[in-house]
Amino acid sequence: MATVRVSAPDTATEGEVIELKAMIQHEMESGFRRGQMGEQIPRDILKQFECVYNDEVVFSAEFFPAIAANPFLSFHIRAGRSGTLLFRWTDQQGETFSEQVSLEVQ
Amino acid sequence: MSRSTLNRRELLKGGALALGFVACPSLTLASPDEVQALMGELYSGRHIEPGKVTVKIPPISENGFSVPMEVDVDSPMTAGDHVKGINVFAEKNPLPNVARFTFSPASAIARVETRIRLADSQRIVAVAEMNDGSLWSGYAFTIVTLAACVV
Repeated sequence: MATVRVSAPDTATEGEVIELKAMIQHEMESGFRRGQMGEQIPRDILKQFECVYNDEVVFSAEFFPAIAANPFLSFHIRAGRSGTLLFRWTDQQGETFSEQVSLEVQ
Repeated sequence: MSRSTLNRRELLKGGALALGFVACPSLTLASPDEVQALMGELYSGRHIEPGKVTVKIPPISENGFSVPMEVDVDSPMTAGDHVKGINVFAEKNPLPNVARFTFSPASAIARVETRIRLADSQRIVAVAEMNDGSLWSGYAFTIVTLAACVV
């Protein structure tokens, strides 16, 4: 599975705005490159990213080929209830890659 | 296009060429007009007001394969007043769409940072749609030193 790196605090106070960072290893083959014989290398990219906080999608991103390889995202959420943060990527074939962390809110 | 904008574009282009940086010869790149038309289509011709949206990108990018970009929208992000989504376009990439970001009031801040690939020195335009349907835009120019001729 592609390496995933996620940065999220373990704990937060209620109402605190926290920064989340997520990066996944992926070539993001744009579909514009040409191979040795001049043939066009087909597009193969991650199409979608979602951050699910306790069953609610709080942030999502749709990627196009202009997103750099090993896509990196930094965004924020307001800490509400304790629970889980799920980071999920979906590629153009529909395959998903995900990582889940816990968030304790005091 | 205003006279001063044309002069600035020519200056940026001339400056880039003088430094020996050329756009990708093998790719058909989009254009600002194309992106205007695309935005018109995506937003059904609704008015897009310049403002509230800040695009932060280095004025000169050393490596077109990985350019850090931040988009920030001035919004309280409350249930009654928040950013629903942001569309980002690169005016001179072969495919001008860069990303579409979707927020919720739980986002707290309408800001996203990512890294993008750029095939030429160009303008990055971001359009934010608010929950009340209003559209706002912002942009930034960047000169790309090493163009990513594969985007």
